[in-house]
Amino acid sequence: MKFTLKIWRQENAKAKGHFETYKVDGISPDTSFLEMMDILNEQLVNEKINPVAFDKGCKGEHSGPVSFDHDCREGICGACSLYINGRAHGPESGVTTCQLYMRKFKDGSTITIEPWRSSGFPIIKDLVVDRRAYDKILQAGGFISVNTGGVPDANAIPIKKEKADKSMDAAACIGCGACAATCKNGSAMLFVAARVSSLALLPQGKIEGARRAKAMVDTMDALGFGSCTNTRACEMECPKGISVEHIARLNREFLSAKLSE
Amino acid sequence: MTDLISKVPEGPLAEKWTNHKAHIKVVSPANKKKMEIIVIGTGLAGASAAATLGELGYNVKIFCISDSPRRAHSIAAQGGINAAKNYQNDNDSVYRLFYDTIKGGDYRSREANVYRLAEVSNNIIDQCVAQGVPFARDYGGLLDNRSFGGAQVSRTFYARGQTGQQLLLGAYAALNRQVAKGTVKSYPRHEMLDLVLINGEAKGIIARDLTTGEIQRFGAHAVVVASGGYGNTYFLSTNAMNSNGSAAWQCYKKGAFFANPCFAQIHPTCIPVHGDQQSKLTLMSESLRNDGRIWVPKKLEDVEAIRKGTKKPSDIAEEDRDYYLERRYPAFGNLVPRDVASRAAKERCDAGFGVNEQGLAVFLDFKTCMEQKGRKYIEEKYGNLFQMYEEINDVDPYKEPMMIFPAIHYTMGGLWVDYNLQTTIPGLYAIGEANFSDHGGNRLGASALMQGLADGYFILPYTIGDYLASKFKDPKTDTNAPEFEEAENRIKERVNKLLSIKGKRTVDSIHKELGHIMWEYVGMARNEEGLKKAIGLIRDLKKEFWSNVYVAGDNEHFNQELEKALRVADFLEIGELMAIDALNRRESCGGHFREEMQTAEGETKRDDENFMYVAAWEYKGEEEPALHKEPLEFKYCTVATRNYKD
Repeated sequence: MKFTLKIWRQENAKAKGHFETYKVDGISPDTSFLEMMDILNEQLVNEKINPVAFDKGCKGEHSGPVSFDHDCREGICGACSLYINGRAHGPESGVTTCQLYMRKFKDGSTITIEPWRSSGFPIIKDLVVDRRAYDKILQAGGFISVNTGGVPDANAIPIKKEKADKSMDAAACIGCGACAATCKNGSAMLFVAARVSSLALLPQGKIEGARRAKAMVDTMDALGFGSCTNTRACEMECPKGISVEHIARLNREFLSAKLSE
Repeated sequence: MTDLISKVPEGPLAEKWTNHKAHIKVVSPANKKKMEIIVIGTGLAGASAAATLGELGYNVKIFCISDSPRRAHSIAAQGGINAAKNYQNDNDSVYRLFYDTIKGGDYRSREANVYRLAEVSNNIIDQCVAQGVPFARDYGGLLDNRSFGGAQVSRTFYARGQTGQQLLLGAYAALNRQVAKGTVKSYPRHEMLDLVLINGEAKGIIARDLTTGEIQRFGAHAVVVASGGYGNTYFLSTNAMNSNGSAAWQCYKKGAFFANPCFAQIHPTCIPVHGDQQSKLTLMSESLRNDGRIWVPKKLEDVEAIRKGTKKPSDIAEEDRDYYLERRYPAFGNLVPRDVASRAAKERCDAGFGVNEQGLAVFLDFKTCMEQKGRKYIEEKYGNLFQMYEEINDVDPYKEPMMIFPAIHYTMGGLWVDYNLQTTIPGLYAIGEANFSDHGGNRLGASALMQGLADGYFILPYTIGDYLASKFKDPKTDTNAPEFEEAENRIKERVNKLLSIKGKRTVDSIHKELGHIMWEYVGMARNEEGLKKAIGLIRDLKKEFWSNVYVAGDNEHFNQELEKALRVADFLEIGELMAIDALNRRESCGGHFREEMQTAEGETKRDDENFMYVAAWEYKGEEEPALHKEPLEFKYCTVATRNYKD
């Protein structure tokens, strides 16, 4: 298969970005999207090594290999991002970019690749963004305050299977940032809700529920993320299918925090 | 006699840890506040250690190469975590978990360490539940378990197919709590490039800020390495793309001994290689072997038909299927340990029964389970794994069996540590996959998570106190010391050298070539001739790298090519030491299979008389590394040939 790639290039957060166009050829349909990016980068490095071969459709001097975040390549670490043809994690639902395969694209088509665009995630280079804001939100309260040791036996408090399962549904969040990148308001509400809800559903997490919700929402606001207007775009694009019902649970926790103030 | 002091405490096995804890020194709260500890890596071991040390009042600095601590590769562990809770009343116990782990490791691990691991396993589950880890539960609200390879009891706790993720999020949450309190300072996108010693003690690191390229100095009273394993030496593995052995390797080059480097685990249930453009291999959890049955056709003509596509695997009649694990190992069946299952798959494929185009795949089939327990049961237990399989292969595993093949997954070898998890360098500790201590020649499934958290939550925070108790009067480490200056200059030189070669080969092309050498000669089956050849090839490739690599970009910006180049430079040296160790160990044991040493049935043949030791290697610069032996003693379990047949 062959593709024309329009890729966002940007030297650093302050530099002005632009699109560059590249061509890749001989891609197997079983190649993953990020392997296709590896092949492109190998090609771009080889063109630097041997500029004579430099005629694969790039105009003028190109900016070297494309930087993009990636790690586990099995959809669980949350490192990969990428806006592909205008959608977070590409055209498929329920998968991350690293789980996307080239057989899902039309041979010969043009693919546009951009970084997450959100005021909460400044660009570091090309397609790599800074998502430390998500760490900061969790540092505000995304935990249960227990120290190591001195805890009761794991089976001391039975938990209804349904509750544990629901908690697990929310805990499946990989912190990739697709929700905030997709949201027209740049809200990180689904991310915050997933953590708050996952803990609030368990007796161990219930105790600090209200305080946690308030602290995390306040931090999200302070970090420049927008507010939620229930467009549900986040749910549509979440690679782990986290439901907006968790936002409702977050709102309940948040409200009870406000009421008890 | 040995010069390696394991510091295993005296007394009966079951009392060693309790007695040891009672006798080691502690640091007072007021003094803890004055002390600094550096932790490298934020996986289960690093995150849990940093959080616990922070809770205790130490000042901790934690470093990771990812953009967030949560992305460490522990996140990808699927199946579960072992603990000797005996919640299923199937006669499990600390002793049984200890015994299974020793036997699974083919009698090449240290008894006292393994017993302690089994002992604290139960605390881990309690801790994780208290942190809000949503483990699977049954309808009565209590915790559920499943079985893993190498065990005849059900002791594995799990959170769907995402157990590693949930445990890491628990440890990361505990870490976040300490970051908020100010006891832990987190340095994401920072890579340790050197260890700094002052008067022979670990006193700090040199790290590169991956965003700006700045080379920085960090001082401390002790350094803890929790940087994982070196499986990516093989290029293709189930490890994450950025997983690397460099932090541990820098420690080795500064004098820490590296133990049993040849013990690499090859996981039997991975998705087969599809072509030379592939970047990594994907694991299908071992938990699938609870309900899946492994087979190849009995007749070669059926193999041909499947390869050509004229027959589907589901067309093959029951009597024409060879469930070879059930046939060869009736007592454990599909749940034999990983090394045994991997070699059995290789045996069938070598005999011509491999079921994909390349002849390098076997089937993992859920037909029986679908018939007996139904689709809903499978969806609930393995739904995400089935979905993942279909995404990658475009085949519906509910209808046709999965195709699987062994792949590099984990490294049992690592930095040599004593009972306190201290390396041969005072003040330098290694925990989790980065050390060698608990898994011997082969790790059992669901034991990596257990070890990472045992080391991080329950062992290191105590044992490090014994060292630090004598250091509390030491002032803060001065990063202007000449030792830091020298280390920083050396790293800058190394980086500049890499950038200035401007040769003709890409970093990846050299890494792939190394991977081919490793898989061919230091992979599932090894022999003297091949290993000698590998050492020569790797040395040549190392020369090629340092004279002909092309590293794009510069050091002043975010530069992933440079990151890779620095790691590949180390993989080349790690690969060589793995081959040297594999050549030295002229026995078959665990994941290390020497073709010269096998039984008539093709099973591993250990040589306890000559090789019942830990091989710890000392760096000697340009010369050959020096071998130190730590003899292993087994007082509490009988050393026997592993038998999974009856």
